[in-house]
Amino acid sequence: MQAFLTLVRREIGGYFTSFTGYTVLAVVLLLIGLSFYSIVDKLNGSPTPIPVTEMYYQTVYFWLILLLSAPVITMRSFAQEKDSGTFETLMTAPVSDQQVVGSKFIGSMIFYGIIWLPLLACTLILRSFIDVGAAFDFGLLVSTGLGIMLIGCVYISMGVFASSLTRSQVTAAMVSFALGVSLFMASFLGTELAASDTLLNQVVKAVNLQQYMRGFATGVIDTRPIVFCLSATALFLFLTLRVVESRRWK
Amino acid sequence: MENSFMIEVADLVKDYASYRALHNLTFNVRRGEIVGLLGRNGAGKSSTMRILSCFMPATSGRAKVAGFDVFSQADEVRRRIGYMPESNPLYQEMRVREYLKFRARLKGLSRAASRSRVDDVIEECSLKEVSRKLIGHCSKGYKQRVGLADALVHEPDLIILDEPTSGLDPNQIRAVRQLIKDLAKKHTVLISTHILPEVEMTCSRVLIMEQGRILADDTPENLQSHMNPDGLVRAEIAAPAEALDEWFSDWAEVKAHDIAVGDGDFFLCSLTPGNGADLRPEVFARCREHGWTLRELTRSRFSLEDIFMQVTRTDSREDEH
Repeated sequence: MQAFLTLVRREIGGYFTSFTGYTVLAVVLLLIGLSFYSIVDKLNGSPTPIPVTEMYYQTVYFWLILLLSAPVITMRSFAQEKDSGTFETLMTAPVSDQQVVGSKFIGSMIFYGIIWLPLLACTLILRSFIDVGAAFDFGLLVSTGLGIMLIGCVYISMGVFASSLTRSQVTAAMVSFALGVSLFMASFLGTELAASDTLLNQVVKAVNLQQYMRGFATGVIDTRPIVFCLSATALFLFLTLRVVESRRWK
Repeated sequence: MENSFMIEVADLVKDYASYRALHNLTFNVRRGEIVGLLGRNGAGKSSTMRILSCFMPATSGRAKVAGFDVFSQADEVRRRIGYMPESNPLYQEMRVREYLKFRARLKGLSRAASRSRVDDVIEECSLKEVSRKLIGHCSKGYKQRVGLADALVHEPDLIILDEPTSGLDPNQIRAVRQLIKDLAKKHTVLISTHILPEVEMTCSRVLIMEQGRILADDTPENLQSHMNPDGLVRAEIAAPAEALDEWFSDWAEVKAHDIAVGDGDFFLCSLTPGNGADLRPEVFARCREHGWTLRELTRSRFSLEDIFMQVTRTDSREDEH
């Protein structure tokens, strides 16, 4: 456990001693700021019954942040270690492969959580200016946060997996971006295919991330998206573990 | 009973996709020894070290460190070794002390123990003046010492260093070698190198490796005496040539001699002893007796370089037949 916590601390520390970490923070802050502006703009226009969290989800910024930040956050996790050779010193320390993969994932998730914090601040600012309590239900905030973190788990584990495949951070980011966009695009496909009911259609519909997120943003905590996100995360972490172990059977 | 071998390697084989890097490697290292793995690039030194440090498993064969199997008891082994890989990889963005503390905690030291051990190794490796610097900003010599400090920080029984002096300037090399010598008082050390004088200077035993096999396993001194049983003596003496010739001819222990004209009154004499005896004391005594000036007196010895060449050449000749 001590080794695991030490590794997680070093992971998080790594973001704050690297240029990448601050770049991600700055870009995400900009995007959240833009989304904040667009929400304020909408609220100024006409009265709306939609909760602010759902309005936020409807802006493109949410997906943009998710699709862009996850690959950049995770690209260094294994690729950099392999490239600089520190992978060897890391793997010859008394730590298990599971601890290493777990710490990379948890470290990235914590940083991912940190980059979303400005959104919370935006919501609180809006709340202090608008006098409608129902628009800022506490439960809504929690379910939206849960959705952001759960879908984040999928994207971050995907990124960690991509990073474990290569020693080039750029390649890692590209692979993870391609995987992420494909998964995201499956949602559109699912909506289009809704008519027929073949097995393939059912599968495609089952990975409808947009629908899942809409559910969370409107305060619906369904078990299906939770099961989907957690199992997808487990799958990618398992694959990462196999890749890390592969040095033993190569 | 405490096992007296720190490293036991038996029939170790390592295959990479298309070629065999290690051929049935077998050797033992006792506690407290400094053993040098000597070989050309690609001889299998790093593969051996990576297997011993549990970074990758062998294809077949057995390797034990401190009595623990490197494959089935990797965790126990990792706790007992300090390993510095060839390129000495470090996190460039961390500060020296911060990095050593991170490594100490990773290796299971408690908060208090890691603090005091980090202080100790910083002292031991003379890192005090850079302890707050970013590793990326340190000179290569300091980086190498940070790597060494990392290998030492959890007081391992066995220290494995893969080419610890590569890429350093002569002063830094000397400092690192001295450090390694000091380590030997408390630890067992396995170092690999392709620099021969390094082995000669630091190691109590040498394993010469070539193409994944061990060709020679002995102390540097023994290797020298095996390779050079004659012990040729060279002397520069200012004396009448006839007197020298007569003396050497009458001397029963001298099998052959040669006298060449040197500069001034000096003659360059080479003496081959018949039975491996050391002729030097007698030469000196005779010169003093006659009042001859003696300018140089050496017993030529093969350097490890010659031995290495000889051993590896024999091997490739055997391969051809």
